[in-house]
Amino acid sequence: MTLNPIDEFRAELRAWLNENCPEEMRDGLMSEEGICWGGKDWVFTSEAQKIWLGRCASKGYTVPTWPVEYGGAGLSREQEKVFGEEMALVNARSPLESFGIWMLGPALLHFGSHEQKLQYLPPVARGEVRWCQGYSEPGAGSDLANVQTHGADQGDHWLVNGQKIWTSYADKADWIFALVRTDRDAPKHKGISFLLMNMDDAGVETRPIKMISGISPFCETFFTDVKVPKEQIVGTENRGWDVAKYLLTHEREMISGGGAGLSGGGRALGAVINDTMDEMGATLRADAMRCEVDTLAIGLTLERYKDQSEAGQGAGDASAMLKYMGTELNKQRHELMMTAGGSDALEWDGPLGNRAGDWLRTKANSIEGGTSEVMLSIVSRRVLGLPG
Amino acid sequence: MTEEETMLADMARGYLDGAMPVSKLREMRDAGSTHNAATWKEMADMGWAGVLVPESAGGSGMGFAAANVIAHEMGKTLAVSPFLSSAVIAATALRQVSDARAQSALAKIASGEATYALAVDEGIKFNPESAQMDARGDGNGFRLNGKKQFVVDGVMADRLLVLARTSDGLTLFDIPADRAGIDREKSNMIDARDVARITFEDVEATGEDVLGAVDSAMDVLRPALQAGQAALAAEMAGLSAGAFAMTVEYLKERKQFGVEIGKFQALQHRAAHLWCEIEVTSSAILNAGRMLDENPENAELAVSLAKARATETAILAVQEGLQMHGGIGMTDAFDMGFYMKRARVSAEWLGDYSYHAEKVANMRGF
Ligand SMILES: Cc1cc2nc3c(=O)[nH]c(=O)nc-3n(C[C@H](O)[C@H](O)[C@H](O)COP(=O)(O)OP(=O)(O)OC[C@H]3O[C@@H](n4cnc5c(N)ncnc54)[C@H](O)[C@@H]3O)c2cc1C
Ligand SMILES: Cc1cc2nc3c(=O)[nH]c(=O)nc-3n(C[C@H](O)[C@H](O)[C@H](O)COP(=O)(O)OP(=O)(O)OC[C@H]3O[C@@H](n4cnc5c(N)ncnc54)[C@H](O)[C@@H]3O)c2cc1C
Repeated sequence: MTLNPIDEFRAELRAWLNENCPEEMRDGLMSEEGICWGGKDWVFTSEAQKIWLGRCASKGYTVPTWPVEYGGAGLSREQEKVFGEEMALVNARSPLESFGIWMLGPALLHFGSHEQKLQYLPPVARGEVRWCQGYSEPGAGSDLANVQTHGADQGDHWLVNGQKIWTSYADKADWIFALVRTDRDAPKHKGISFLLMNMDDAGVETRPIKMISGISPFCETFFTDVKVPKEQIVGTENRGWDVAKYLLTHEREMISGGGAGLSGGGRALGAVINDTMDEMGATLRADAMRCEVDTLAIGLTLERYKDQSEAGQGAGDASAMLKYMGTELNKQRHELMMTAGGSDALEWDGPLGNRAGDWLRTKANSIEGGTSEVMLSIVSRRVLGLPG
Repeated sequence: MTEEETMLADMARGYLDGAMPVSKLREMRDAGSTHNAATWKEMADMGWAGVLVPESAGGSGMGFAAANVIAHEMGKTLAVSPFLSSAVIAATALRQVSDARAQSALAKIASGEATYALAVDEGIKFNPESAQMDARGDGNGFRLNGKKQFVVDGVMADRLLVLARTSDGLTLFDIPADRAGIDREKSNMIDARDVARITFEDVEATGEDVLGAVDSAMDVLRPALQAGQAALAAEMAGLSAGAFAMTVEYLKERKQFGVEIGKFQALQHRAAHLWCEIEVTSSAILNAGRMLDENPENAELAVSLAKARATETAILAVQEGLQMHGGIGMTDAFDMGFYMKRARVSAEWLGDYSYHAEKVANMRGF
């Protein structure tokens, strides 16, 4: 009997996973500590993590849908689904997560030159270079196009001065993609360029900021007379807003996936609820049921939009809907997890591990990548056509 | 949706806008009528009545996803027809049985010649497993005694699918609605739909009248209910989309404080939130249609998810819709009230939110 191509792909993949996914990497873990972020200073948490990354990278499985020449496996949407299913079947950890994969990659694939793609993407796929996102500034949050960090034209380079804030993992990243004003006279959306900057360059400084959940994942980032060669622009000078917006649609889709609990991690709410069934009231159970219904439906919506969009193109304006629904749900789910945990959930590193830290971290979901209010405004203007 | 489904939706929309706009429902209500035989015949001629009837039995055999597409378009303008009762529920029940009688019954559904209603509920809530209607054996046959309520299309239907308790379980009977001992009383429904309360007094039935096997009603009824719940969910999603479209249009046109009210962010965000809910619900409905077509044995979760979501979304859509219309939304001359009343009735039919959410939770290990 001959298998059809997709079944054949599945069979090969299954065999490969069985052989190559280390036992320690089969716990489906996606908690903050379990993630492999990569980068030149990355310290692997275990030998298995290193082996797993290396093996996946050699097959293009860290970025399965990217073209093979840029470090991916060139999978179709159908194959990508199978990939997700088979990874879930062995409960495999994601080999690598990064802003390079989620954000820079899609933007470069869309707007970058062939040379830029060859230069920047394979190191991301191999986990060798870690990127961070330099969008927000003290005066440019929701009003992102108000960025003031300035790039002065010096012929073959820009001289960049200014400050970014809330830059996640800026202190651990090797490179940053940043929105920089390169024309102060143009209307605010039309004077921004999308620049790639090396964090090791002279004049780049980061200061970590501690979050309510106790960790310090984000930073203030300062640029003082940083020289950025002209080749390090993505897209056209002063048209960086187009790149920025496109990247955001991918970022939003990614954040919403966490909301629907699809990227693994954590236990299903049902299991948590069952553990404490005897001690909990009917109201909590009813709330959890409602949450479960919405979780399933939002998960289906994410899949539907992935099916609809051209490979790797993302959901466009609808990413605002996915982000809003997914993140609001995730916050709600973690409130329920806290209630279900009772007083055990109230201790740092208590009987329930980091449940409180995880709960607090979700509060950023409806802020980072654009707030819920901004998402609703996008839907209102761009999808519904209501007057601005 | 696939290309074919989009074409079907466009075609259905074209027909319904002419034949069954909301104004038709208003006319029917004002005239005290609940069924339009002429439009049902036209729908049958387009293959809708036979959407789930195999081509071998004279149907169009388009399948469950297609039935959902039609129901969705019907919902947008609150079209009145026995589509759900006959073409979806009864046809699916009959499809579970392969004898010649079932085949000829299916052919009659497809041609529009016979209409059906499902008589399951006995109390105020949908709970088929607890049906108590008595159908004790009587010689070679059965005698049906008891009461049913909320029988949708029960007044106009030619035939009834009746769920009743036999010696060792539940049995589904397929009998003519005018059989001796059956008394149908029209319920005066808030949404002006055809609904009946039905009394059965010593109604005689034979083995011939049993659909499927005696004491095994659920084998036949379960798939039929799932098909009906999915299509009803699709109809409710269509209703939500219809109410929403009216609302967005109104936001763009109504002026207060010298500007279109759609300029006020308080309303923009409510409208945007509603759109998001409608989108998420559509996914659940598409999924239910696909599951019923491709993997019917495992469709229960998908169907309950769809009906649960559709119920919540429809209730939200009509409430938000009415609120954003201000005073005019409260008037009978305006259509929003029709949407609100239909949403409430549909929310209840074939299981309310908590019935289906409970099922989802159970299947998800709660
Ligand atoms: C954990 C975390 C990680 C982050 N990581 C990064 C990163 O790596 N890189 C990066 O560049 N940024 C990052 N951010 C920043 C994030 O993108 C911004 O916080 C976000 O865009 C909101 O901007 P703001 O904080 O200035 O809030 P503001 O824009 O000041 O908003 C304050 C409140 O006002 C509301 N609001 C603002 N404008 C409107 C309006 N027009 N209508 C209605 N309501 C409005 C907002 O919704 C919000 O509720 C991160 C943020 C967090 C919390
Ligand atoms: C049952 C009933 C009885 C009534 N009885 C009386 C009566 O006895 N006497 C009398 O004088 N009137 C009466 N009214 C009228 C009532 O006061 C108005 O309907 C009400 O003030 C709203 O005005 P509107 O209907 O023009 O709606 P609109 O003002 O057109 O409002 C439409 C929608 O836009 C919203 N909206 C409007 N402006 C804004 C804004 N700036 N920001 C955000 N949202 C906005 C509203 O909240 C509403 O959701 C009655 C209404 C009803 C329904």
